[in-house]
Amino acid sequence: MMTTINLERDVELHGATKRFRAHGTVVPAVRGIDVSIASGETVALLGPNGAGKSTTIDMLLGLIAPDRGTVSLFGRPPAQAVARGQIGAMLQVGALIRDVTPRELLQMTASLYPALNVEDTLELVGIADIADRRTHKLSGGQAQRVRFALALVSDPALLILDEPTVGMDVEARRGFWASVRQFAARGKTVIFATHYLDEADAYADRVILMAHGRVVADGPTSEIRARVGSRTIRATLPDANRTALASLPGVAAADRRGEAVVLKCSDSDAAIRALLAAYPEARDIEIAGAGLEEAFVELTADGDETSPPTDRQEVLV
Amino acid sequence: MRSLAYTRFELVRTFRNVRLLVFSFGFPLVLYFLIAAPNRHEHNFNGSGISIPLYYMVGLVAFGAMTALISSGARIAIERTDGWTRQLRITPLATSAYFGAKVITGYTLAALTITLLYASGVSLGVSLSAERWLEMTGLIIVALIPFAALGIFLGHLLTADSIGPAIGGSVSLLALVSGTWFPIGSHGILHDVGQFLPSYWLVRASHVGVGGQAWSATGWIVIAAWTVTLAALARFAYRRDTRRV
Repeated sequence: MMTTINLERDVELHGATKRFRAHGTVVPAVRGIDVSIASGETVALLGPNGAGKSTTIDMLLGLIAPDRGTVSLFGRPPAQAVARGQIGAMLQVGALIRDVTPRELLQMTASLYPALNVEDTLELVGIADIADRRTHKLSGGQAQRVRFALALVSDPALLILDEPTVGMDVEARRGFWASVRQFAARGKTVIFATHYLDEADAYADRVILMAHGRVVADGPTSEIRARVGSRTIRATLPDANRTALASLPGVAAADRRGEAVVLKCSDSDAAIRALLAAYPEARDIEIAGAGLEEAFVELTADGDETSPPTDRQEVLV
Repeated sequence: MRSLAYTRFELVRTFRNVRLLVFSFGFPLVLYFLIAAPNRHEHNFNGSGISIPLYYMVGLVAFGAMTALISSGARIAIERTDGWTRQLRITPLATSAYFGAKVITGYTLAALTITLLYASGVSLGVSLSAERWLEMTGLIIVALIPFAALGIFLGHLLTADSIGPAIGGSVSLLALVSGTWFPIGSHGILHDVGQFLPSYWLVRASHVGVGGQAWSATGWIVIAAWTVTLAALARFAYRRDTRRV
């Protein structure tokens, strides 16, 4: 029975906890997280610096063992999944080692796995043109792509990326995510850590939001946005009274910005009908969903570091 | 197959690093010619009946080969800083294959240093019987095993900015107390402490070339004990070294 469940799930973390000792004090990095990721999902691990994303990734890769709780990949301990060549990863720290070419680096790495597709990988990542240069002469963005190629060359079932686009310019970033999408489209599972909201928003099916070592929200991107509730209605309406606007059905709060009013809504459908009925002269109307950014700020801001995990889960889930 | 691919990769990288080669081969050679060339006709060093070119050839062989193997630690420390060691750990590369590549690369550098110093010695008139060359070289190869493990251990223990002084200091100290630069005699504190160090037996191995005896049982035991201890430490340091540096 357990086997059946494990086979369907690529990644399982149960109560995973990790503390570090630093300068004589114990710093909790991850405080008991439960995460389950199915085959084929693209998941963003989103959170501010120090949220525990990298520690979580190191536990997933078997680079560090959790103090408590369990981590399994494909129903096995991470080290076994790694030994079977099921995992590809792009780690956060990384200069490329010197005195080799990207092609040699990929060929050597590929030789550690059963599957060999160096040329395909060079094409997929778009580094065929720099494949024979020396690694220490590559630009930062090129080196990042080579590191990405190293993660892909074994054709892994699960790709793990730890803040992969740090240091890339806009163009490089776009190209990078296009390659990730192409890879995910083959039915592969992708987990990436990021503190860029737009990346989580644009490229993940699902966002796991972390703060202070805990998962504070986990769900489809749209659901996380919806969790902060509200949409806003913005309209040009110079003469309306703010208190009157705030008392319209579906409106939680009203704000005036020059000639415009901004209505924060609990039910934007009801609010827009009421608004137009009461103020037919309203113009330039915009209705917008709350950004992931608002969700991010709201869900990660008040980090009571000492409260047990269950408290927050109850409030937020 | 896998281990061979990684070993080959390591060797290619190492032999492309010109600065590394210049210093690891150049330094013992320069030192040798500075000391031995002006005294090439001195055939009775300190009344020992040993020529200066021979005495310093075997001394620098011990020093140069020891340096070559311990220095793998410096390359490891840099690889760790670059995140390469962590990257390797998320591949199926076996620990033994990783160690094997490091040891073979270190030994290759040591072998070249030894060969260059032998050739330099011959160019200054050193001449030994075939048995002496072989016995000396064989014992040196065995005596270097603990230093291969020491290099790996230090590389996984220290960081790129602290490993330079650590290696430089330990090589100089070991060479000094083990009789590389001048004979430490057969009694006294240097001898009493020295005989429990692997470097003492490395120098003794090289002194087979100047007419010294092959190792006593103590020599084999000391080398074996250090090999086991340092290999265990190296393995331990490698295993726990999974964090970001």
